[in-house]
Amino acid sequence: MASKVIHAFYNDDDILMLAVKKVKAAKHHIEEVYCPFPVHGLDKAMGLAPTRIAITAFIYGCIGITIATLMMNYIMIEDWPQDIGGKPSFSYLENMPSFVPIMFELTVFFAAHLMVITFYMRSKLWPFKQAENPDVRTTDDLFLMEIEIHDNEEELKSLLADTGAVEINISEK
Amino acid sequence: MYTFSNRLKIASFILMAVGAIGIAIGFITMPSTVEDAKEIVASHSDGHGDHQAAAETHNTNAHGETAHAEGYDSKHDEHLLHQLQNKPWSALYVAAFFFFMIALGVLAFYAIQRAAQAGWSPLLFRVMEGITSYIVPGGIIVFVILAASVAHMNHLFVWMDADVVAEDKLLQGKAGYLNGTFFLIRAAIFLGGWIAYRTISRKLSLAQDEADDNTNFVKNFRWSAGFLVFYLVSESMMSWDWIMSVDPHWFSTLFGWYVFASMFVSGITVIAMVTIYLKSKGLLEDVNDSHIHDLAKFMFGISIFWTYLWFAQFMLIWYANIPEEVTYYVTRIQDYNLPFFGMIAMNFLFPLLLLMNSDYKRVNWFVIMAGVVILAGHYLDIFNMIMPATVGDQWSIGLSEICSVLFFAGLFIFVVFRALSTAPLQPKRNPFIGESKHFHY
Repeated sequence: MASKVIHAFYNDDDILMLAVKKVKAAKHHIEEVYCPFPVHGLDKAMGLAPTRIAITAFIYGCIGITIATLMMNYIMIEDWPQDIGGKPSFSYLENMPSFVPIMFELTVFFAAHLMVITFYMRSKLWPFKQAENPDVRTTDDLFLMEIEIHDNEEELKSLLADTGAVEINISEK
Repeated sequence: MYTFSNRLKIASFILMAVGAIGIAIGFITMPSTVEDAKEIVASHSDGHGDHQAAAETHNTNAHGETAHAEGYDSKHDEHLLHQLQNKPWSALYVAAFFFFMIALGVLAFYAIQRAAQAGWSPLLFRVMEGITSYIVPGGIIVFVILAASVAHMNHLFVWMDADVVAEDKLLQGKAGYLNGTFFLIRAAIFLGGWIAYRTISRKLSLAQDEADDNTNFVKNFRWSAGFLVFYLVSESMMSWDWIMSVDPHWFSTLFGWYVFASMFVSGITVIAMVTIYLKSKGLLEDVNDSHIHDLAKFMFGISIFWTYLWFAQFMLIWYANIPEEVTYYVTRIQDYNLPFFGMIAMNFLFPLLLLMNSDYKRVNWFVIMAGVVILAGHYLDIFNMIMPATVGDQWSIGLSEICSVLFFAGLFIFVVFRALSTAPLQPKRNPFIGESKHFHY
């Protein structure tokens, strides 16, 4: 059986923030909030867990610098230690200053790109993805709060009407 | 209003007294004859056999012809004597410059905050003004040391020695810029400009508190913008004069920026440390973790900026390996291996790993700990810039060096905290003070 959700629309981010706090205080679970732009502090008000994407980026950066080091150590020192313009290729450390630009760039490259790809995968974004927009106006000028209904339709409706919602719809999901 | 606590005052006096005694001992035990110098080195080299051996192979390599050996030996001894005589002077100069540059770095940061009309920092303006008060006594001390060098009381700057210049074509070519009179005139102009801006800006900042309009604030904005132009030029020239000219055969174009990065990060670190100290005393009520977080971000970012400049200078010279440039690093890597590379760890790796985490930047003791390492690292940075040219392989971090640091640390604490106690710690009617109070990140 498909569950029913309630959609409350707001036309101001300040009112939305107050509404989120009220709904949280009334111990209702907010399914989702759709906004046309980032609302500062909304994640805190909703009680969302902090992102861990910076930690993944750090790990990717470590991978990048490892790959750069292993690659250049193999190519320049182990595989074919040629004398190129008098650069000392006896050990990695001896020739390290000339490798630093590459080590740096690969660290940044891995950290940046893998983090972006992680972001796309975790937020399920890709080309040709079907947009999951419950109402087209939420990309322009309306904010939408979605709450699942568990036989408490009337109670929720009156609560949301109190919070300054400009429109309240019930829809099947 | 902050009152200079007696305990801190006494602590600063003790630091100054201990430091002054140590500095005096350093000067008294300085060798005055070649024989003394040889004796000191001989007594030292018991434990450092390889050191002596390295010096000897160096001799034979440089002057293989035995015919010259005798004349060279006496020359070498005289050279050694000069190095040992330079030790207490260099230790004094490095510490004097280090603490002076902290105040100057804070002044630059302060001027940038004013010129950029930053909304987060006005709460910290009085802290910064307190720290910059040190540029007056600190600048005078540095100037006196430089004047003593020009008066031939020491051998810190080899180009000041007329006998050396007479035999040195390169130094003769540079004599138009590197001569004692012009050197001191330049130093006076730099110091005069910095002290003048500091005085004017402080006066306008205090006047703004009592004013009915914002004219003082606007004037301060203009002075700050003007100062930054003067500062960029004068700081760069100052670094050629006061630091790079101890190695007068060597030159590097980004040296001014490199010295700037060092003073800027040390200055920001000291702002953070003084702020945390005053906050822990309950004196900066409106300063919150976000202000500390911002300062720590600056510490982190400028540490990396410093490393970038350090590496850019090092790698270009290492890569091209032009003999006239590369000797600078050869002496440092051979004779100063641990301080030279240890400084990279302290100034780069340590802040990089410690201050990367956003949460750690809000933990006060973490910022203090990182700050101590950064300050020690940048002391070593100045040490590595001055010492190889003045004392060469006779360096050590002993009585003279430590006591010089203690003396100037005591003086710095005394001057800064006395200045902090002369004005309320929170500006009253800075146009951005409301924003600064509610700053959060």
